[in-house]
Amino acid sequence: MASSVAPTRSRAKQRAGDRIFAGATRVAGVIILVALAGVAVFLTVEGFPAFGADSTALFGASSFVGFVWPLLFGTLLAAFLALLIATPLSLGVALVISHYAPRKLARPVGYAVDLLAAVPSVVYGLWGSAYFGTKLVPIYEWLEAHLGFLPFFKGPASATGRTILTAAIVLAIMAIPIITAITREVFLQTPKLHEEAALALGATRWEMIRMAVFPYARSGIVSAVMLGLGRALGETMAVAMVLSASGVITFNLISSTNPSTIAANIALQFPEATGLKVNALIASGLVLFVITFAVNFAARAIVARAEKAHQ
Amino acid sequence: MAKSIDVSDLNIFYRDFLAVEGVSMTIPARSVTALIGPSGCGKSTFLRSLNRMHEVIPGARVDGKIVIDGQDLYGPDVDPVEVRRQVGMVFQRPNPFPTMSIYDNVLAGIRLNSRRIPKAKADEIVEKSLRGANLWTEVRDRLGKPGAGLSGGQQQRLCIARAIAVEPQVLLMDEPCSALDPISTSAIEDLIHELRADYTIVIVTHNMQQAARVSEDTAFFNLAGAGLPGRLIEMNPTKKIFSNPEERATEAYISGRFG
Repeated sequence: MASSVAPTRSRAKQRAGDRIFAGATRVAGVIILVALAGVAVFLTVEGFPAFGADSTALFGASSFVGFVWPLLFGTLLAAFLALLIATPLSLGVALVISHYAPRKLARPVGYAVDLLAAVPSVVYGLWGSAYFGTKLVPIYEWLEAHLGFLPFFKGPASATGRTILTAAIVLAIMAIPIITAITREVFLQTPKLHEEAALALGATRWEMIRMAVFPYARSGIVSAVMLGLGRALGETMAVAMVLSASGVITFNLISSTNPSTIAANIALQFPEATGLKVNALIASGLVLFVITFAVNFAARAIVARAEKAHQ
Repeated sequence: MAKSIDVSDLNIFYRDFLAVEGVSMTIPARSVTALIGPSGCGKSTFLRSLNRMHEVIPGARVDGKIVIDGQDLYGPDVDPVEVRRQVGMVFQRPNPFPTMSIYDNVLAGIRLNSRRIPKAKADEIVEKSLRGANLWTEVRDRLGKPGAGLSGGQQQRLCIARAIAVEPQVLLMDEPCSALDPISTSAIEDLIHELRADYTIVIVTHNMQQAARVSEDTAFFNLAGAGLPGRLIEMNPTKKIFSNPEERATEAYISGRFG
């Protein structure tokens, strides 16, 4: 790390305030990196023994991959479905707040959405398993009856509604306030100059949003969706409570046999795990950690390439 | 294509605040009309009411009549979006769409009007509009590059090309040179001279030499005091305004003795 007091660089007086502030920000930056590295080291060291473990330590699976793959599948499926639902809804809500609703209405709606983010996930879990899931049962039955030819809705429809689709919808509701809050702020910052350029050409409001707002907000939208994805991938309690998991790999979204997710599985198994089983759970945590990183990097890379194409 | 504009008894409001009061004027077709006056006198507000961009601001409204080609812009069944397709606008600061190439910027308005046009036709429109904006020779070999990479003056001419690509009846310019250096300004003024043959042009400017150089007619706006509405003081041929104005306020303003 370069020292800002290196005498060769400048003889100008160093002001105390500047030095304190620079130091404080640097410390904050280092702390976050150390914390992240600490988590990574812990997961790697503690999880490592599980890679060669036998089936008793792996909850009956014959290899570590066989143990973690169904969980990873469930995690990704639930998160993907959640984002599929949450992204368009969030962008819509953010646009209403930033561009469509009159200001008097927009502000309370914004606050209400922010409040959704403050609800603890246990509450979502309770609501999802005890109330919301049961309300979805007739819809699942309808889907099975009418769209049953699609593998997603093959059924038989769950009688409790505690399916991966219910879990994904609950996750979507939890991700919506995060995605909405960020995209709303980005949308509001669209330069008036560009909005007026579009309107003056005879763009309707929606055309103006596509011409001026979305291109400007693109990277902000990706950031927002990534944060939403982070929440969906890592969410533990709500999924553990809503999902009736049996560890299968299936795209059947409405039946009572569902894949579990890594985070929910850790929460459910950890209290009774001993010895190598603990290591196996920690190793599955490592997989989640790595996957989250990989997805984030991939999304960043896609955006960076899209931006570069315009330079 | 070019049409004259008849304005009668126009009042422009921001919520309850009357910003411009009682403007009546006839803006002739195929000619350049300059709007001059001190800051805050309502000339930009008036300009923006000519393509219904004024009402983009929440609470802004207009009463009175603006008639182009026999049609009242503020008639009950007139769609503001339709108006803006007929009346093009160039802004104070160049505002090409930053993520679009030069080519796509020129076509932005066309693509709103008619979704799909054949490539050959699109190429033709792009070349014609860029030639019309005196920009073709400078950008012909980098049409795929982003518009934001051009100099300020080039960006402003790109915005003019974008506005004329849809062949509007009227072209409004809101201080189009105020963010530009003198050479770019001169390029835009030359362009305005050429565009006059095809378009009805209304230009707001703070630069009185510019008004004298580019316009046939000049309208002088003024306001009686802070918080009072702006009014049209005098509209006459530019030659007369700058040599022998009818109103003392006009003479005081153009000779630099304000008020």
